[in-house]
Amino acid sequence: MGKFRKSGSKEVPQVSTSSLPDIVYMLIFFFMITTTMRDVELKVKTSMPKASEIQKLEHKALVCSIYIGPPRDTKLGTESRIQLDDAFARPDDIADWVLKERESRNEADRPLLTTALKVHKETRMGVVTDVKQELRKVGAFRINYTTLKGSALEN
Amino acid sequence: MAKKVPEINSSSQADIAFLLLCFFLMTTSMDVDYGITRRLPPPVEQNDEDVKVKERNVMNVLVNKNDRLLVNGRPSDISLLKDQAKEFMTPRPNDPTAPEVDFKDVELLGSVPMSKGVISLQNDRGTSYAMYISVQNELARAFNELKEEMAWQRLHKHLADLNADQEKAINEAVPVRVSEAEPVEIIKQ
Repeated sequence: MGKFRKSGSKEVPQVSTSSLPDIVYMLIFFFMITTTMRDVELKVKTSMPKASEIQKLEHKALVCSIYIGPPRDTKLGTESRIQLDDAFARPDDIADWVLKERESRNEADRPLLTTALKVHKETRMGVVTDVKQELRKVGAFRINYTTLKGSALEN
Repeated sequence: MAKKVPEINSSSQADIAFLLLCFFLMTTSMDVDYGITRRLPPPVEQNDEDVKVKERNVMNVLVNKNDRLLVNGRPSDISLLKDQAKEFMTPRPNDPTAPEVDFKDVELLGSVPMSKGVISLQNDRGTSYAMYISVQNELARAFNELKEEMAWQRLHKHLADLNADQEKAINEAVPVRVSEAEPVEIIKQ
């Protein structure tokens, strides 16, 4: 019966890895499409309060964010500061910044530009009011208080 | 006879692709932002005349620096605010203490009673942002419940199931009438 026995050892054939790059490329395209570039490095803490009556912020390209909160670097104190792009700013800088942001958008998109306020929950309203007054002066009326999902009564 | 070109070794292609994948994983973020959208009023002119609003048409909401609420001069709590706002904004044509009511024709809905009431919100510079958002959220919740009731009453549909035209009609019939008072300069202690 030795006639039918296979000669040599029984080897499992190697798994072909030639399709691995294709799989990885698919993953890359998935991430490229579903995610957005992280644009700023946060210098302030923004642990946002919760709210339930919220809307999704659509069209990330039409959103510019102002971050307000206590600095991450504890040497700078605990008083809430404003961060525009990558640097700390004062309320007076907001008007120029909004104009710059508006300038960098399409003419048609400019009226739709929304300013998202990402504010730490322990911030005092004084800073936020100043920012809002500046935004009103420069005509950026559409604002969004960015929050987390949840019940507002837990704040 | 043509020379045979040696095949390009593609075994490192996977590694390159992995590198790219890692790059995109690190530099992008997937979080979607949610929030309360509001429209700021245009700046007021200095010599603007004071608009007279009848007292019965205004519900004053004050938040002080200790995050305490005062609704129409009486202390209140955040858990009661939604119901207070909703009760205030519900049109009651025969009640002389409630805000005045106008009837207005709205497309798709017919004649709709519209309250002339306004909720006036004022906060201190020392109010915490979390409290401010809670108040804004509770007021928005009151209006959303009124909208839901209107949608159910007139269109027999839930607010979430309306089409764009119907939603527009409901928004016209139940406008969000929250006004934020101009910040007053308070001398710092």
